[in-house]
Amino acid sequence: MSSKFSINALHLYYGEFHALKNITLDIPEHEITALIGPSGCGKSTFLKTLNRMNDLEEGVRIEGQVTLDGTDIYKDMDAIELRKRVGMVFQQPNPFPKSIYENVAYGPRINGIHRKQELDEIVERSLRQAAIWDELKDRLNKSALGLSGGQQQRLCIARTLAVEPEVILMDEPTSALDPISTSRIEDLAIDLKDKYTIVIVTHNMQQASRISDNTAFFLLGELIEYNNTERLFSIPADKRTEDYITGRFG
Amino acid sequence: MSEKLRHRMQRAKRINALMTGVFTGIGGFFLGLIIALAGYIIIHGLMSYYPGLLSFTSKGIGNQLFNTVYLVFWALLISVPLGVLAGIYMAEYAGDTKLTRFIRVCIESLSSLPSIVIGLFGYLVFILMTGARWNLFAGALAVSILSLPSVTTTTEDAMRSLPRSYKAGSMALGATHWVTIVKVLLPACTPRIITGVILAAGRGFGEAAALLYTAGQSTRIMWNNWNLSSVTCPLNPFRPGETLALHIWVMRTEGALNPNSEKIANFSAAVLVIIVLAFSMTTRYLAGRYGKKQMGEKA
Amino acid sequence: MSERFRKEYAGRGLVTLCGLLIIALTLAIGAFLIYQGTGTFYKFHHSLFEFLFSSNWSPMDNATEGGGHVGSAVYIAGSLMTCGLALLIAAPFSIGAAVFMTEISPKWGTRLLQPAVEIFVGIPSVVYGWIGLTILVPFIRDVFHAKMGGYSVLAAGIVLAVMIFPTITTVAADSIRSVPDYYRKAAYGLGSTRWQTIYKIVLPAAKTGILTGVILGLSRAFGEALAVAMVIGKTRAFPKNILSPTNNLTAAIAADMGNSASGGEQNMALWTMALLLYVISMIFIVLIHALGKERKE
Repeated sequence: MSSKFSINALHLYYGEFHALKNITLDIPEHEITALIGPSGCGKSTFLKTLNRMNDLEEGVRIEGQVTLDGTDIYKDMDAIELRKRVGMVFQQPNPFPKSIYENVAYGPRINGIHRKQELDEIVERSLRQAAIWDELKDRLNKSALGLSGGQQQRLCIARTLAVEPEVILMDEPTSALDPISTSRIEDLAIDLKDKYTIVIVTHNMQQASRISDNTAFFLLGELIEYNNTERLFSIPADKRTEDYITGRFG
Repeated sequence: MSEKLRHRMQRAKRINALMTGVFTGIGGFFLGLIIALAGYIIIHGLMSYYPGLLSFTSKGIGNQLFNTVYLVFWALLISVPLGVLAGIYMAEYAGDTKLTRFIRVCIESLSSLPSIVIGLFGYLVFILMTGARWNLFAGALAVSILSLPSVTTTTEDAMRSLPRSYKAGSMALGATHWVTIVKVLLPACTPRIITGVILAAGRGFGEAAALLYTAGQSTRIMWNNWNLSSVTCPLNPFRPGETLALHIWVMRTEGALNPNSEKIANFSAAVLVIIVLAFSMTTRYLAGRYGKKQMGEKA
Repeated sequence: MSERFRKEYAGRGLVTLCGLLIIALTLAIGAFLIYQGTGTFYKFHHSLFEFLFSSNWSPMDNATEGGGHVGSAVYIAGSLMTCGLALLIAAPFSIGAAVFMTEISPKWGTRLLQPAVEIFVGIPSVVYGWIGLTILVPFIRDVFHAKMGGYSVLAAGIVLAVMIFPTITTVAADSIRSVPDYYRKAAYGLGSTRWQTIYKIVLPAAKTGILTGVILGLSRAFGEALAVAMVIGKTRAFPKNILSPTNNLTAAIAADMGNSASGGEQNMALWTMALLLYVISMIFIVLIHALGKERKE
């Protein structure tokens, strides 16, 4: 299996604070990679380095190298182009205050697709991929803000898919949702991995073991252990990993 | 409980009841005052009506009413784009730099300048320095200086109060900052900006001090003259354009010349107050509807 | 790709330009006022002392000749007295109204008093002046038998008081609302009555905010021109009491600027008055900032 992302000796500082320390790992293509660890361990920060969303925050400094298909995303790639290839789903569902249709069509539109027929196709395809077409097809012109939290989150996934990214980053996508919506999103993630590479941050270890192929355990800004998910959960190599997954802390 | 303490407590309770009464009285007084004031202005004003008062001739106030609307239209045409763009800058591009802080001070001092001072500035720059005579456009420029700070501040506040997730969501889809602003952030805060603009328009309708020496204290319009370069063409902004508020002032200073001046001023005041009330109700309605819409319609 | 970046930079440039325009406009207004307003001192060689403290006002009104007197003490005193009186009337009532709509009855406060305050703000100042002229002035004439037919400092003070009431009330109410609720709970928990809580805890905690409102109101009163001009009587003399007429800075500018020869002594003196108004409004801003800082600490 080839690597989609290669991260080499990555350090990240918020002003004086050393938030990520010497992270090195490879993220394989067409698999789901889970990032776990207690809150504040740096897993979300790490996720944001993969599509340079941390560019939007002030006082962030990065050292080391992150490559996507062999290209350094901080040196040889423009952030806008990168984010089109690496989409992101956030912790809180964040639909725009527009209609359902306009939310999904937003990405294609800003990329210069304006033909109604083409947009219609993209919207339908994306909503189908996100397994929400049947629920929403009759009210595409209604405000997206009126949907339930679970529907909003799947809409946001559809919105991300509409740009046809290669990688989807998910930042605790189910933490604001009820158990039924959560399991739908998990099923969706598994369905999507045939076409996309998925990196998911979660603090729910059951979720990580249910859906991911690889798991990385972060603690206090360091990558403690990274392995095949089954292996990591059954025979953790590091004592701290074992303590965490058995619920002794965090 | 000692007798003394009980006494003190009773006294405190009595004072409390008294002060509650006093505050309620003050609240009621102002409510009564505004009802009486607005009611008097409107009823007394409308009762001063006589035939021809609404006509678009030198005898009626139709021309002044038209000038008021036309002047505010120009003022908004100038101040809304500038103010909205400056507001976007303040909310999205300006960091916490010395320049930003200085702009903030400038906005604040612009908004606290007495309108007569802005009127004088307009007089100097738009009339004396250009060698023009009183004209409606100079008045519109003066009013646009008055409304610029409030449009800017409204836009900035509206943008800052948007959830950060809108921006993050758009940027994560590969949108540039500018596209995010134009396609997501600006549409999301349009209702609030419109509310702010209506408020600014309402103030523009009533403005007089800034127009005294810019728009001029007279007007002469020929409604069959559509030659834009003619000084009597209604749509030519470069002609003297006395507004309704100014008309009230003029009726007082040159009152002796017109036997009906008091009636004219009463009626003009009523029309102005009705317009202002209508605007204030519209903003209230819009603000309320916007609040509901934000919650989303559960489909 | 390059198309997008062109747009990004063009957009950024455009909004930055508009931000800078605000600076340019503010500086231009300041520069013009200073240039015009200091003519009295440089072109006609009057002293600042004469302008501020002399009451001898007889400037020459032609384009070149000087030699008159530009003592503006009457106008300055008129502004100070009318604004002071307005504040004396408006401040207690405004703070009372703010207390009513926040502490006594928030329900009626937001439903009735808040819209009422907005209408007070919306009524144009000439309309206030007109009502003052047609109702208040005759009223004062008939009730107090004022000599000059009711045109008086009192009339101007009352009109200004009504005009600044909404400003003070709104700012004071905001400041009272931002007093944390646990202060009130603590006071009630100790057995205070509502009045004791308001008087001893809430108002002191909201003090700087209320003061800010008062200054904002005062600043509005100083700049108001036409409403005052309509009721003050425009008499160039120090008022003997509050029933006497006088004149003030804004009314003098409004009445005489258009009739004075551009660049002449009188014209320049009027510009100096405008500059004085500008300086006063800057002083108020500085005061408000100082209060804001104190509040943060």
